[in-house]
Amino acid sequence: MIIHQLSIFLENKSGRLTEVLEVLGEENIRITALSVADTAEFGILRLIVSEPEKARELLKKQNFTVNLTEVISVMAPNEAKHYAKILRILSDMDISVEYTYAFSVGDKSIIILRCSNTEDAIKALKSHEMELLKASDLYKI
Amino acid sequence: MEIWNRHFECMDRDGIRHVQSERLRETVERVYFNVPYYRNRMQEAGLGPENIQTIDDLAKLPFTTKPDLRDNYPFGLFAVPMSEIVRVHASSGTTGKPTVVGYTRNDISTWSEVMARTLTSAGATRNDFIQVAYGYGLFTGGLGLHYGGEKIGASVIPISGGNTSRQIQLMKDFGSTVLACTPSYALYLAEAIQESGIKRDDLKLRVGVFGAEPWTENMRREIEDKLKIKAIDIYGLSEVIGPGVASECMDQEGLHINEDHFYPEIIDPVTLKVLPAGSTGELVFTTLTKEGLPLIRYRTRDLTRLTYDKCKCGRTMVRMDKCLGRSDDMLIIRGVNLFPSQVESVLLEMSEIKPHYLLIVDRVNNLDTLELKVEVDEAFFQDKISQLESLRQKLQNNLENSLGLAIKVTLVEPKIIERSEGKSKRVIDKRKF
Repeated sequence: MIIHQLSIFLENKSGRLTEVLEVLGEENIRITALSVADTAEFGILRLIVSEPEKARELLKKQNFTVNLTEVISVMAPNEAKHYAKILRILSDMDISVEYTYAFSVGDKSIIILRCSNTEDAIKALKSHEMELLKASDLYKI
Repeated sequence: MEIWNRHFECMDRDGIRHVQSERLRETVERVYFNVPYYRNRMQEAGLGPENIQTIDDLAKLPFTTKPDLRDNYPFGLFAVPMSEIVRVHASSGTTGKPTVVGYTRNDISTWSEVMARTLTSAGATRNDFIQVAYGYGLFTGGLGLHYGGEKIGASVIPISGGNTSRQIQLMKDFGSTVLACTPSYALYLAEAIQESGIKRDDLKLRVGVFGAEPWTENMRREIEDKLKIKAIDIYGLSEVIGPGVASECMDQEGLHINEDHFYPEIIDPVTLKVLPAGSTGELVFTTLTKEGLPLIRYRTRDLTRLTYDKCKCGRTMVRMDKCLGRSDDMLIIRGVNLFPSQVESVLLEMSEIKPHYLLIVDRVNNLDTLELKVEVDEAFFQDKISQLESLRQKLQNNLENSLGLAIKVTLVEPKIIERSEGKSKRVIDKRKF
């Protein structure tokens, strides 16, 4: 249930995001989800890709600072109340969400969560019968 | 124009050499018998005090450097018992240890004398109001100007550095006629005065004595134009005495060195050979009258040139050009000395960061700015903005605490800072001197 997300440190200057995508594009890596967290001077690019280990090596070779981060993914109907419920389950268990992002496919939401404790989060969500996605499920979307 | 001490400042070359030789003999004797460090160095070179008879014998003696002062921290090179020391000052050093200097009562009197000469050569008299906007404290600027101002009988305003709006208010209300500060602060003040809406006619400012950092002829013209004053360059370093080592006269054609107290030589910084008159090289000073901390052939690392012709003003004291640069990598930021190695040692104390850095110095609105670009290490990179931000903040605080300078820290991607064989380029100085 654990998904390995690529986290890449980027300076805020034009062309850097393009370079990352070009490096991955040359080896036909597919991207399921992308999110950027930024400050005035730098940002962190977060990517869910088809072959995370390979992608990491490719980027490292090009001198990017890159790490794999454990996240989880939940599929739910794309209504706000479902997203709210997921967050409520986690907060009730004192699991904090460091960040989250989501995208829709049809009437379903695919929600990515980075939690303070990944194992506990998986347990809590499963016990509430939430639909957790495996890495292989995500890459097929 | 007045000359404070016509006897010495206008002495003929033979006379001055005679004074220098006599004072050098006394100084060498003093350090040989009172400072183990100098005695050992002289003995290693097979020299005793009897080998130094005239100023021409000086070149036989070994040099003294800033690291020598540091190795003998804090008082190891003092030549008198501590009971004779009435004041200590200190400047920032290369490894966190400051350079400490000590003064006897006679040294304070010498310092006041050379500062009186400095202020007089800038045209100041007992009828002036001198606004001393150099920092007071361990830094020698404030108190150096202060004692010189009192010595000539002027009214001294010991306002110290900073607090620009109060500087302007007192300048207007008290009718300051002489301003003493760093040249970059003078420019900053000039612009603040323009913005404040105070008319130039409401100010009585006539002349400025500016030093403690390098500045160009362009900056001088800008200061003179904006403040409508005469801008006089003064030179000094705390190891030698502080301000008062040399200063321009109203003719502004080089800085007169008070060579009856501080004997200058110009050397090649690589071969360490003394260069003939008129050559550009590193300035070296031997103090001739100091009691607390006498220095023998102290390497200033400042690059300049000496001129021995008599000046239009009537003074015969040797003149040095405005300093052209340094023979080491020391930077002067807002009057504070900074070596890149000091930044490096702060980085090395933090395990989260690799010491790959680039220091960028610039001058924005006439004030020096420092930016440190430092590479994010993959082992530490953890995908959280808050963590990176707190790392940045921690580094910024550590730098400010140990260097006494505000430095803006920017995190950058790895490998963008150029690696080169041997010494890599760690500093980019965009300021125009």
